[in-house]
Amino acid sequence: MIAELLQYKFITNSLLAGIFASISCGIIGTYIVTRRKVFLSGGITHASFGGIGIGYYFGFNPVIAAAVFAVFSSLGIEFISKKTDVREDSVIGILWSFGMAVGIMFIFLTPGYAPNLMSYLFGSILTVSSLDIWLMFGLTALIIFIFIAFYRTILFVSYDQEFAKTHNIAVDFINYLLISLVALTIVLNIKIVGIILVISLLTIPQSIANLFTKKFKNIIALSIVIGLVGAFLGLVISYKINIPSGASIIFSLVMIFILAKAVQIVRRKMSLRNQRM
Amino acid sequence: MSKIVEIKSIYAGYDDEVVLKDVSLDIFDDDFIGVIGPNGGGKTTLLHVILGLIKPYKGTVNFYDDLRTDRNNKIGYLPQLNKIDKKFPITVKEVVLSGLLYGNTVFVKYSRSDKKRAEQTLERIGVSSLQNQAIGELSGGQMQKVLLARAIVSSPRLLILDEPNTFVDNQFEGELYEILKELHKEMAIMIVTHDVGTISSYVKTIACVNQNLHYHKSNIISEEQLALYNCPIKLITHGEVPHTVLKSHKH
Repeated sequence: MIAELLQYKFITNSLLAGIFASISCGIIGTYIVTRRKVFLSGGITHASFGGIGIGYYFGFNPVIAAAVFAVFSSLGIEFISKKTDVREDSVIGILWSFGMAVGIMFIFLTPGYAPNLMSYLFGSILTVSSLDIWLMFGLTALIIFIFIAFYRTILFVSYDQEFAKTHNIAVDFINYLLISLVALTIVLNIKIVGIILVISLLTIPQSIANLFTKKFKNIIALSIVIGLVGAFLGLVISYKINIPSGASIIFSLVMIFILAKAVQIVRRKMSLRNQRM
Repeated sequence: MSKIVEIKSIYAGYDDEVVLKDVSLDIFDDDFIGVIGPNGGGKTTLLHVILGLIKPYKGTVNFYDDLRTDRNNKIGYLPQLNKIDKKFPITVKEVVLSGLLYGNTVFVKYSRSDKKRAEQTLERIGVSSLQNQAIGELSGGQMQKVLLARAIVSSPRLLILDEPNTFVDNQFEGELYEILKELHKEMAIMIVTHDVGTISSYVKTIACVNQNLHYHKSNIISEEQLALYNCPIKLITHGEVPHTVLKSHKH
């Protein structure tokens, strides 16, 4: 079946998309989960819908419009929550719905039927274009480079910002840089699993990995592997029974999570029993 | 004995709330200062000014002997435990090694001597057996020791501790003070504490911070003096503390 599938260009494209998604989400998701920025990421995801709507209305690439919109939203949230005494989660809540509102307004103002709207909401890994693949490749390469170049600094700042500041580390620079990468990762992965589900690609693999390891580096590595397995399984299911890829990928990942949790519980019980004997 | 920090009539706080008013303090390289005062009185704010985490609205802070320059920082810092995320996936060794990182570091790797230093510091504090553990597995006292190791791994000349005796048991507290006594041979120490009882036998001087700062050049202080310094603190001694030199009010 696999040889037969690989003959189609859209299948190779979607496999590549799955690989890049697993790597970018594996790394960035670990940052999001450990820094407790899951809610912020949810906010950025939905705010980017505003960019998609604007892109549709003015006729430029919705993904690029969403990327610009998402990066500015994320920098805005980071800046506002740092500089003023507004509650960060309230700001996120406002931006979350404002972005959606802007998106809906512009899409309804756009004459005619919005063709790929469903694919932005629920994802469609089978329709990713070559441009999408190149963008994802570029982003993945950039993320890998930054995490190699700044790994210890990122770990240091993430663990204890205040202490890092007393050591003259450019804490603000690292924060802004990473939140921009978070925004870009979210937007480029929307094509694969959709706005509603992208957050799970950034959190489920990490939650599974965290069951087995407590080291930042290992969580990244394990998340990438789990993401790859989930993406591949999801892709096969999506192709076989003709459902949106986003749903089938997330479904596969949650099944892996349940399996991993079960394995962990059984292991614990067994080691307890061994101790008693 | 030489001066390392000079704080001259500073006003400082957060946003628009002034917490410290007209505070001056000189710190010398052989000082052991206990900082006491009511909650919200500005103890932590004072530490943050010295650490460069906030800038005072008015007044100056000067550092001598290259204590604090753009490149380097010879001030060790142990923050309050509740500011640390206990679930963060990082090992004890990684935490201690981060104490050796300064400035804008791209492509850094810890050298063999860095790793050796981290190991020696953990040994000195008495927690070398924990080095490969994740911080989530540590108790409150162990965690404080690891953070202390991070603060001193770079051999600072001034060590600043913000309430190191919260969330820990009495046995740990005693151990901590003995370690500090040992460290004081090499560095000046400034410790914020709510527990005025035990610490006073270790410190040399007491700074009472309640918006203003009153510097008491002795470790013996009475409740009347505290009241005079506008520093209303109850002097509670915990039963069997052998060296308590705090004078309590006689009824």
